[in-house]
Amino acid sequence: MLDSALLSDRIAEILTDHLGLEGPLLPILHAVQAAFGHVPQAAIPQIAKALNLSKAEMHGVISFYHDFREAPAGRHVLKLCRAEACQAVGADRVAGAIKAALGIDWHETTPDGRVTLEPVFCLGLCACGPAAMVDGRLVGRCDETLLAEVAV
Amino acid sequence: MKIYLPLDSVAVALGADAIADAIVAEAARRGVAIDLVRNGSRGMVWLEPLVEVETDAGRIGVGPMTLADVPALFGSAARHPKAMGLVDDLPWMKGQTRLTFARVGVTDPLSLDDYRAHGGLAGLDRARAMTPAEIVAEVTDSGLRGRGGAGFPTGIKWKTVSEAKADRKYIVCNADEGDSATFADRMLMEGDPFTLIEGMAIAGLACGATKGYVYIRSEYPIAIRVMEAAVLIARQAGVLGAAFDMEIRVGGGAYVCGEETSLLNSLEGKRGVVRAKPPLPALEGFLGKPTVVNNVISLASIPVILAKGAAFYKDFGHGRSRGTVPLQIAGNVARGGLYEVAFGLTLGQIVDGIAGGTATGRPVKAVQVGGPLGAYHPRSDFDTPFGYEDFAGQGGLIGHAGLTVFDDSADMLAQARFAMEFCAIESCGKCTPCRIGAVRGVETIDRIAKGDAAAIPLLTDLCNTMKSGSLCALGGFTPYPVLSALTHFPDDFSPMKEAAE
Repeated sequence: MLDSALLSDRIAEILTDHLGLEGPLLPILHAVQAAFGHVPQAAIPQIAKALNLSKAEMHGVISFYHDFREAPAGRHVLKLCRAEACQAVGADRVAGAIKAALGIDWHETTPDGRVTLEPVFCLGLCACGPAAMVDGRLVGRCDETLLAEVAV
Repeated sequence: MKIYLPLDSVAVALGADAIADAIVAEAARRGVAIDLVRNGSRGMVWLEPLVEVETDAGRIGVGPMTLADVPALFGSAARHPKAMGLVDDLPWMKGQTRLTFARVGVTDPLSLDDYRAHGGLAGLDRARAMTPAEIVAEVTDSGLRGRGGAGFPTGIKWKTVSEAKADRKYIVCNADEGDSATFADRMLMEGDPFTLIEGMAIAGLACGATKGYVYIRSEYPIAIRVMEAAVLIARQAGVLGAAFDMEIRVGGGAYVCGEETSLLNSLEGKRGVVRAKPPLPALEGFLGKPTVVNNVISLASIPVILAKGAAFYKDFGHGRSRGTVPLQIAGNVARGGLYEVAFGLTLGQIVDGIAGGTATGRPVKAVQVGGPLGAYHPRSDFDTPFGYEDFAGQGGLIGHAGLTVFDDSADMLAQARFAMEFCAIESCGKCTPCRIGAVRGVETIDRIAKGDAAAIPLLTDLCNTMKSGSLCALGGFTPYPVLSALTHFPDDFSPMKEAAE
């Protein structure tokens, strides 16, 4: 559990940095997620108050975008492209093998908290697929050997 | 010794950063002074990571590079086992007409001096001496149409914003390039960010806008980093400033935000749901103010149009599709990448000629043109010239000019099902035909897969409802891949398929 005073101080800093922007909510949510790895529930009332939004509106925005998580991810986040250009070079087979090896489906985390598996629709690597992103790092022409990169 | 190695996402995804480290280490070991420039990509993805070594004769390409290939770079590059010869002389480069991508891969993306030395800022300099109406007329005369997919004349959109009366106007660049098989926006932003900045500054002058935003998808971390750095450099150099300044914004992983009104809602910090039109964004856009929303390539084509004149640009092309288009050739393809050329090549010339057919060597079964909302074209469409109207005439669209090649192992029923599944996942939920229709579409295709032929007319009917009843292109165009798969590849939808298996 995050220390609530620390969290509140950090959120206040992020709000100060962003409140001058036009349409500041998405930049704020990205900054919060970068700081905490997810958007903690406890942060929502503070952000809502600063932007004069309801908690329902905040929930509406956070839940709309695939990027924002309401709970921490596993130690590694493995994103595999599911889009057509990667399908044309075997992305479905690679995803199937990786799911089987990890014993999880899309959007799930291994029980040991090691890997969260997520689909992504296009990383712009469409002529060197199947494409993946491992903890923010781009990988082209990938296969099951990606598992080695999330082994510990 | 001057060495170029791309910072482009493709090169990095294929190991360029480790190769850069190895080059620096090898140079140090040999005591050779090097100037390593991380450039944009030339667009020859099958050769990435592609190193270029500057010689008296020109830049010699060596690729695809592995770590083991690094030491030999320090002998004679021309005699490296993977030397390709002069990059400018390769058939892929010689066949192109690079107007928008003229500097991509050539210059250091973050050197404003390099940019200027290669013709950059000439368009903005000329625009500064023109009236807004003259700039708009120049863009209209060039025949430039929205390269994001809709193909709306850019000059007409600018004219509406330019003539609107408001205390504040905006230029918004749509860099939410979510379509599979498209990466031109990414390559441009990573390889020549100042071109986009210059194009937006010219748009600001033409429309009386003082603020610009580039909305970049979060799946493009390198493009975000390069654009943010370029904006700072441009601001310090006075290219951006009080008259026109801009900010980079990052999306949230929602495909639908590539639709201009969803994008505006997202930029305002709301759910990225589609807005009904009218009002047009040109009159009531970002924060209710007149707003130009243009794709990256549309805006990045502006500097060359202003620098060389509308007539120069308009001279390229075919029919009502004027100028050049950056083709993005992807999927199961022998030579994939970016190829900028005047409109008018046939689909067959692109796929069989330029791209060399499939990577697997098997026959091409289908080519999806225009991303996930584009039609699947069989070989019988291969004589179609690449142009907005030509593809519309074949029940398709060119979209953002991405082409995904599939070999004969593709199951077109599975591709149709994926189109509906993708629409269901990414629907913003605002209109019923898209929100519910996509879910019903998946179920109906599953019935067909089980051998229920009675579900086929149901699917056709559903597609017609989605086409005519959806608010935006997500629900409205998802029927393109579905119906084209059904029409051109009926065997994949036949109950006989199941029986045969």
